[in-house]
Amino acid sequence: MTPDDIVAEIATVIRRTLGDGALDIDASSTAQDVAGWDSLSHVQIVVGVERRFKIRFAAREIMSFKNVGEMAATVHGRLAAP
Amino acid sequence: MITSTSNVAAPPIRLAVLADSASQLFVQELRSEAEKRSVRLDIYEAPFSQADALILDPTSELYAFKPDYTLVWQAAEHLLERFQTSRLDQRASFGSQHMEEIEELFGAFEANGGSKLLYLNYVELDDAVFGSFASKVPESWLHQVRQLNHKLMELAASRPGLFLIDLVTLGGEYGRSYVEDRRIAMTANLLFSLDFLPIIAGRVLDVIDAASGRGRKCLILDLDNTLWGGVVGDDGVEHIELGSLGLGHVYTEIQAWAKALKERGIILAVASKNDPAIASEPFERHPDMRLRLDDIAVFVANWEDKSENIRHIQSILEIGFDAMVFLDDNPAERALVRMRLPDVCVPELPADPVEWMPALRRMNLFETATFTAQDVDRTQQYRQESHRRVARTGFADDGEFLRSLGMVGAIEGFTPFNIPRVAQLTQRSNQFNLRTVRYDEAELRRLADSPSHVCLAVNLTDRFGAHGLISVVILEETPAGYFLDTWLMSCRVLRRGVERLVLDAITTIVRGRGGHRLIGEYRPTPKNGLVSDHYPLLGFEARDGQWCCDLKSYVPLEHFIHREPPLP
Repeated sequence: MTPDDIVAEIATVIRRTLGDGALDIDASSTAQDVAGWDSLSHVQIVVGVERRFKIRFAAREIMSFKNVGEMAATVHGRLAAP
Repeated sequence: MITSTSNVAAPPIRLAVLADSASQLFVQELRSEAEKRSVRLDIYEAPFSQADALILDPTSELYAFKPDYTLVWQAAEHLLERFQTSRLDQRASFGSQHMEEIEELFGAFEANGGSKLLYLNYVELDDAVFGSFASKVPESWLHQVRQLNHKLMELAASRPGLFLIDLVTLGGEYGRSYVEDRRIAMTANLLFSLDFLPIIAGRVLDVIDAASGRGRKCLILDLDNTLWGGVVGDDGVEHIELGSLGLGHVYTEIQAWAKALKERGIILAVASKNDPAIASEPFERHPDMRLRLDDIAVFVANWEDKSENIRHIQSILEIGFDAMVFLDDNPAERALVRMRLPDVCVPELPADPVEWMPALRRMNLFETATFTAQDVDRTQQYRQESHRRVARTGFADDGEFLRSLGMVGAIEGFTPFNIPRVAQLTQRSNQFNLRTVRYDEAELRRLADSPSHVCLAVNLTDRFGAHGLISVVILEETPAGYFLDTWLMSCRVLRRGVERLVLDAITTIVRGRGGHRLIGEYRPTPKNGLVSDHYPLLGFEARDGQWCCDLKSYVPLEHFIHREPPLP
């Protein structure tokens, strides 16, 4: 799966979590850009992404994602790791 | 799940949530759990960590909200922090001091008009300071938190308006690694995992439902393979699994649970596909039965549709269908009752019976908000009522249900592979067995090779899985016609239309051999009353003490089983 595919999957998780199928999300999107993405929906989004890719983030990663692209890069690295 | 449509019209239940950690997602779960149960819920979510201030101030938004229920969730993690920063010489009294604070708060809450109070007790986190020795050290955290939980329980016992949500037990049931997600706790101050939140929300709604009069009142039990292992009509009362026989402990445990519920005031009823005399035999004679006939308020054993029998039970007990739980090992029976009586709670049971009791415990089916001495003899009152009424007969149209089962029947001759099972069936089937002729494997092999016999073994599958070989027919060619030497079936697939499918196949095969008449016979035994009308129901005519079917006038009867070709 390419980083772009991962961004698209994460965008789907975010839209489903926030209950808004029309949200415009790309790799540069940050929590501030997206309506409804607060600290608690962040938890739901993170857990949703973990379930989607069957991976587990570390707490420090959860706190430091600057945008969707960074989250996708972390997922990509986790999927590539043996 | 309780789904009473009448709740929609009732005013919404007002619930205030006071928490000292992030509660937004918990509140979301409470809302969705309420929606699932068709309970209208208005929630006031207090600002974070404001419980004390809101409770002590009679003019606060809490009282302005006029809650019916107020939920207080103080996290054990935060209490542990307070403990760790308290003075060493005060630790031995930490629990009782905190309890005093709680009681003061309760006092103020009641004085200010209050509401019913739901209080989450404290998860007994291990602080890993004394190890197991903590129990010997009064100033240890574990000693104190456990004491606090015990005192909370005593307080709840003396205050009718205080209900504990037992996180300690729930945490033990699911385990710490399920209950918490450390990353979420540390980054978002949400102290339960996203998976555990709906479980607590479910328990909170259980208590609210019970306190609002929507608790469940009746447990309806199937018998064979639910209250004991095996089929009493086929295996005989001595051979059913109970006590130390086979997996008997599993069933003993279920019975012990049902008995304890009965002693608490839950009404027990039986709905079994069985001959009534056979079904009651274990209750009367088996030494390992925990349940006896006088524990059962309404005992219905017949061959009717279970949903009709549950209707009958309901008409005697005069309680709502949403107050009933129906326990049955058979997925098809469960599906039927869910379809016909959607308000009845029908727990889905794991395939392995050893997992039933743990699954049932987690479902918390019988939450209650009251317990009085009168509850104990409720069964007795209903038993008397039950004796006045007789089970209704007649049943609704089964077509829709049978079609939904997606049944497929396969009919084959006797083969080296199925002969052992055929022999077992001829030796064990007592109820659906027209002549009760017993065969061993050698005799069956001879019949299979005999040119003047037709031997049929019937397999059935439905959307719940394979039932395996469930019916056997042996025909003997005689000058008068084809004589039905054996026709038997497993009662597990009763009322599925299998006999109609089988008769269709028989007529096709016999016609193919140039025959034109079937001759059946019913030989009564103490156990096969079930099939006394088998032949007339299939359109056979009485002739000289036997039953005849002339193939010329045979009209196929409707059934919903797709037959897999070919025929033997």
